[in-house]
Amino acid sequence: MADKVMIHVESLRKDYGSGRYAVDGISFDVRAGEVLGFLGPNGAGKTTTMKILTSFLAPTSGRAEVAGHDVYDDSLSVRSRIGYLPEDTPLYRDMTVLEYLEFVCDVRDVPKESRRGRLRKVVEQCGIGDRLGALIGELSKGFRQRVGLAQAIVHEPEVLILDEPTSGLDPNQIAEIRGVIKQIGQEKTVIFSTHILGEVQATCSRVIIISDGKLVADGTPDDLARKSAGAASILLEIGGSRGNDTDPLSLLRHIDGIEDIKAIDTSGWSLSDRPRATKFRIVAKPGIDPRGDIARVIATASGMDLLQMTPETASLEDVFRKLTTTQGA
Amino acid sequence: MRNTMAIAKREFQSYVNSPIPYILVTFYIVITGYLFFSQLFLGRQAEMRGFFENMPLFFCFLVPLVTMRLVAEERREGTLELLLTMPITDWQVVGGKFLAGLGMMALLLLLTLAFPITVAALGPLDKGTAVASYLGALLLSGAFVAIGVMASAFTRSQIVAALIAFFISFGLFLLGAVVGVLPHWLAPVAAAMSVSSHFMNIARGVIDTRDLVYYASIIFVCLLIAQTTLDSRRWR
Repeated sequence: MADKVMIHVESLRKDYGSGRYAVDGISFDVRAGEVLGFLGPNGAGKTTTMKILTSFLAPTSGRAEVAGHDVYDDSLSVRSRIGYLPEDTPLYRDMTVLEYLEFVCDVRDVPKESRRGRLRKVVEQCGIGDRLGALIGELSKGFRQRVGLAQAIVHEPEVLILDEPTSGLDPNQIAEIRGVIKQIGQEKTVIFSTHILGEVQATCSRVIIISDGKLVADGTPDDLARKSAGAASILLEIGGSRGNDTDPLSLLRHIDGIEDIKAIDTSGWSLSDRPRATKFRIVAKPGIDPRGDIARVIATASGMDLLQMTPETASLEDVFRKLTTTQGA
Repeated sequence: MRNTMAIAKREFQSYVNSPIPYILVTFYIVITGYLFFSQLFLGRQAEMRGFFENMPLFFCFLVPLVTMRLVAEERREGTLELLLTMPITDWQVVGGKFLAGLGMMALLLLLTLAFPITVAALGPLDKGTAVASYLGALLLSGAFVAIGVMASAFTRSQIVAALIAFFISFGLFLLGAVVGVLPHWLAPVAAAMSVSSHFMNIARGVIDTRDLVYYASIIFVCLLIAQTTLDSRRWR
């Protein structure tokens, strides 16, 4: 069970008829119990891929399987095993929350005897207990989103597909929805799309980045950050003076374990008439942490003050920007 | 079947919660009531013929307004996507919506039972003809509702859906009205296609298989087109 492939996507292509592929040859697998973040700029093909996975649309070529069933040939089996929340949470505004959830149970064939228990569970999980009698059209966006989540999980699907579940919510609501997703992700396979990076770092065990319909990265959030960063760098800022006139740059060059030093700010501070750098980006040799040496040299030899020394690892944001802007265009 | 009924139930609930059906029903009852009672008091005739003769024309206007929202609104709101990713077939969706529309019309016809009851109170009512006429009215409603469901599946705009349904229904009605002026080789074709001639056949109390087949085919063909329209998103 632990490593059963729940979603299998193979050279998936979708052409809406414009001759341009909205999804262009994507392949990936999602295993049971994974929470997969589906990342990409707007228009990259996230929504299209999800619409194919839910068998709302047919792929132009390639194929996709959910829980071992083909989304095109065996669409009813796929649809009975997924829970889906489309973008913008389309719900029937003229129904109350409870009426709506009961309708979903009817259509999804939730057996009568387990219905009460399931309803009680999702109502509690999504925190909509005191809104059951309210019309969906009168709910706030945050509560609508929770009802959307509730309808997606009430039949206990094996796979949960959520399209931008947190878009348009305020930070508190986002945190709540994330909490629910995380909780669900402990038992189910979840795939959700977003263009907010913090979201995947907070919630996902794995990230896929697509850009212009193509898959450009696949790995854990940490993996991706590490991969694109190359060697780790250190941001150093110094200042002040105790009368020593040595150029700190030349001092730093003597330290073992430093691969490269770049001055990134030469304006502003100078002891004599020569302008002198106060901010450096230092790239260490692989496997060596030169921070101790740097601190000592600055403090003793240069006579200047160490203001800042920060190890820099590329954030997912950098990875994202790098991968999605150099592509295509 | 359970899924179909779930859809039908939801749609019907939605009708009950919306003001439009109440307005339409009131409108219809008031106007036909006026015609019926003016005939009764001024013409001193207690009979149902006028009521049923006018029905196809009235329904051309009325039914599209009842059916226009069935699919179009879901398409506009995006709820159609969610509905079609649930484990139900497109046929069940179309069938459920058809049944809800038909149920609405059946409710309307139920309210008009006040007229035959009035007639029966004032004089002899030909019960057989009345029953046949109401069966015809139900079939007529079925045909127009199916046309409405089909038109509603074509577009996301309710107005456009209502107009398409109206033009098709009114076209089928007109065929009956122009039979007299058509060349003699075309007239039988027009009569065979016309909703009103088949309706009047049944309303006379003669239930002929041809008339039943006529309505059944309209319903089937329109729902098939509606189902195909929904399915077309998955063509490749």
